[in-house]
Amino acid sequence: MFRFIIRRLLVTIPTILVVISITWVLIKLAPGNFYSGEKRLPPAIEKAVRDKYGLDKPWYQQYGKTMWSIVRHLDFGTSLMYEGQSVNTIIKRSLPVSAAVGILAYLLALIVGVTAGSIAALKQNTKWDYASMTLAMLGISVPNFVLGPILVLIFSLGLYWLPPSRWGGFPSRNLILPVLTLSAIYMAYIARLTRAGMLEVLRSDYIRTARAKGLSERDVIIRHALRGGLMPVVSYTGPALAFLLTGTVVVERIFALPGLGNYFIQASLNRDEPLIIGIVAFIAITLLLMNLLVDVAYAYLDPRVRYQ
Amino acid sequence: MATEKKQDHDAPLHIGPEMAVAEADLYPEDTGAFVHGTSLWRDAWRRLLKNKLAVFGLVVVIIVTIASIVGPTVIQRVFGFTPDYIPTHDIRLTNSFPPFTGPSGEFSWAHPMGTDNAGRDQLARVLQGGQISLFVGILSTLVSLLIGVSYGAIAGYVGGRVDNVMMRIVDVLYSLPYVIVVIVLLSMFRSQTPKGQLILLFIALGSVSWLTMARIVRGQVLSLRNQEFVMAARATGVSNSRIIFRHLVPNTLGPVIVYATLTIPQIMLTEAFLSFLGFGVQAPLASWGSLASDGIQNIAIFPWQLIFPGVTMALTLFSLNFLGDGLRDALDPQMRTV
Amino acid sequence: MTMTPSSDGNLLEVKNLRTYFETDDGTVKAVDDISFQLKRGETLGIVGESGSGKSVTNLSVIRLIPEPPGKIVSGEILFNGTDLLLLSNEAIRKIRGRRIAMIFQDPMTSLNPFMKISRQLMEMTQLHLGHTKAQARDHAVQMLETVGIPDARERADSYPHEFSGGMRQRVMIAMALSCEPELLIADEPTTALDVTIQAQILELIKTLKRKTGTSVILITHDLGVVAGMTDHVIVMYAGKIFEQAPTKELFSVPGNPYTKGLLRSVPDPTAEQGKLYQIPGLPPDVAHLKPGCPFAQRCDYTQDICRHEFPPFVQLNADHYSLCHFAREVYSESGGTPA
Repeated sequence: MFRFIIRRLLVTIPTILVVISITWVLIKLAPGNFYSGEKRLPPAIEKAVRDKYGLDKPWYQQYGKTMWSIVRHLDFGTSLMYEGQSVNTIIKRSLPVSAAVGILAYLLALIVGVTAGSIAALKQNTKWDYASMTLAMLGISVPNFVLGPILVLIFSLGLYWLPPSRWGGFPSRNLILPVLTLSAIYMAYIARLTRAGMLEVLRSDYIRTARAKGLSERDVIIRHALRGGLMPVVSYTGPALAFLLTGTVVVERIFALPGLGNYFIQASLNRDEPLIIGIVAFIAITLLLMNLLVDVAYAYLDPRVRYQ
Repeated sequence: MATEKKQDHDAPLHIGPEMAVAEADLYPEDTGAFVHGTSLWRDAWRRLLKNKLAVFGLVVVIIVTIASIVGPTVIQRVFGFTPDYIPTHDIRLTNSFPPFTGPSGEFSWAHPMGTDNAGRDQLARVLQGGQISLFVGILSTLVSLLIGVSYGAIAGYVGGRVDNVMMRIVDVLYSLPYVIVVIVLLSMFRSQTPKGQLILLFIALGSVSWLTMARIVRGQVLSLRNQEFVMAARATGVSNSRIIFRHLVPNTLGPVIVYATLTIPQIMLTEAFLSFLGFGVQAPLASWGSLASDGIQNIAIFPWQLIFPGVTMALTLFSLNFLGDGLRDALDPQMRTV
Repeated sequence: MTMTPSSDGNLLEVKNLRTYFETDDGTVKAVDDISFQLKRGETLGIVGESGSGKSVTNLSVIRLIPEPPGKIVSGEILFNGTDLLLLSNEAIRKIRGRRIAMIFQDPMTSLNPFMKISRQLMEMTQLHLGHTKAQARDHAVQMLETVGIPDARERADSYPHEFSGGMRQRVMIAMALSCEPELLIADEPTTALDVTIQAQILELIKTLKRKTGTSVILITHDLGVVAGMTDHVIVMYAGKIFEQAPTKELFSVPGNPYTKGLLRSVPDPTAEQGKLYQIPGLPPDVAHLKPGCPFAQRCDYTQDICRHEFPPFVQLNADHYSLCHFAREVYSESGGTPA
């Protein structure tokens, strides 16, 4: 197990560097740069800025400099858009916002999804099953940028129950709509996964054995079926987190939340190179680490995999 | 019933004419007793038709597709509106609330979905949006199919270290923030022409979902390649690439079709939110995502400008998903993982 | 539950059992009017090809038939005089595992892969005998030792995948016998195992039966297994009993063409034949049975009447019955004297 983790970490580091490099290359390859947009500076000032950031040096020098400060000090430089603010500061400031929304959304999705999926599996082919699976299907089909505004329409502008946007600190009522919007599609996926997983397990031989032992149906489900039935949900956590990230981006835009996603979009639209690279690197690291965690958890939960 | 063998997930699905033929050969004298008349595809079709939700999905998808393709032309012929047509004569025709879209705000069939802030007919725009969204969805899926199937088939067939390395790459790519890099890609290379942007979009979107396809195909190929008919083909001297593409690939058709049908809505969703954020389809082209983005501007006063494209999109995705599910159940009820 | 002595010392009496399954293809009459008895302390063998209904019969006894597609339509299952089919769900659960235990064909999939062996064993006694954790664990280790697992105390906390197939089946047996049931139903316990292990497992079942006095129902498609283990045999085909007799009698003087066919199919290592015999044709589609005898198409003795009329259940001897129009003839041919 330990060796497995070490090996994964060893693969992770070069992967991240590759991702950063690719991003850097893409940015540099593209025509124009930060200053070729609307921000037309007087030539003299532009030259001064270019000198300061070393934008005229040959590409390998720029690459080297950027990578070196990243690897050495984890220093991603200073944002071009937000004068004087280091990328690290911006990330530190915006991360809690995204994390709060993302984690709450996923927890909500887990709780509701697993419950709904289990009930659907246990009451297969009844009204419960059809109703929750149809709802789940809706959850997958309605895009979050449609769901979000509709929720705002109903609960903010219609009923005046909740604020329509803006960040209100943590915890606050501002969180409710963004979390709901973000969580919907994952709730749906998890419900379906749980239902499928439970159905599969309930059909298996060892459940028949458990029943033949005289266990009550409740014990059969809780003690025997649940463990195996939820495995697909555990392995789904990995890709789910990746998608969660992209979902966060949209939700933050809709609800005007000062999170990582929003900053990322702004940076992309404005060609703010250091900030883009910083956020991409951060996201890549987080994802890879989380995937590692999920794999470890999966191995821990399934004894067949554990002893490899 | 209690002693039926369980099918494990890596075993080949029993799809494909070769499998049917092989079984019939086991009992040559008794094919009378063995009812193997119907082909597997016909069986699957029958099962699909029994699934009411899947049929509903199929019907809606067909309707939406046809409407998107011919709709804008029909509207132009009948009413004279193109999606870009901006009436210059009457400001009251902007942002009109359906169906009260007549010149004095009275009931009129002219603009069933209302008009936007420039007076453009929303129905025409939604239908044109459908054209683009469906077009992008299907083509990108084809791109991802191409990459995924080839990659997976080669990995599965060659096996060994090559397979190991190829799948490792897939694993690593899987855990990367693909879409994030795609956003960077798209934002950096905003093409001058809408056509160029579309091509970029295809490639970007197609490259996001080929991973799972590769995995599925590789799994199938891996188990199929040790089957007898492959050995038979080898024994008669058929070349490797021929084996891969003429024999193995058709036998993986089932799961590929299912996954492709489920990928289309996923890609459409991705395109939609990319367009929503401003990185996808550019004006003057419109997709449902960009229409939603436009619609959101006025959400408080003219909510229908978001709701119509949004609901249309949701309905289409809904139907595609049901169709995909139905196909999966029809082709192999034991394939269900999601 | 107190034991009520029943008639004729029969531990189990199945009367006119019918279990049907509703499928897209039609109603599958998996078990169609089966009756048999099991005396206390005896071993009964149920033989048949796949689809004959042998497993469904036994699942019906402990009411483990999945209710949506399946249903026990009619009949009586008297266990010590009590009709199991009339019991409430709670009551039958008390019997399952405690008084009637069942082991299944594939030990690889029949044990919970996510749970330690010890826990799976302890569950039984904690539930039915009210053991504490410590008592249950001791008992579990004891049972493992009884079935021949080496280093039982240390290995009890392992997971199923750490054991070999034969070991796993021993664990299943240990689990089944934990509460000293009166009846053990073994559904093809050795089919998924190697031949050498098969012999060991069967020997184990025999020994344990002698020690504990448990009655056994052994289901199999392998006549070789039946020969050495059982007192009585039932031969099933297409959901019906085609022949039932004491084992020795069935093997020496079979009274049914199907049984004869089965006996002929057992490869005889001493004979010098070239081809192996196989009953021609395939088992019928139980959802769409034709009128007449279900075996008519494959039978060597078929006559016109077999295709039109369902055969009678003929009593050949005190304890020997056969479902055939020509039962007496076949019986005589084998060397028996019909009563």
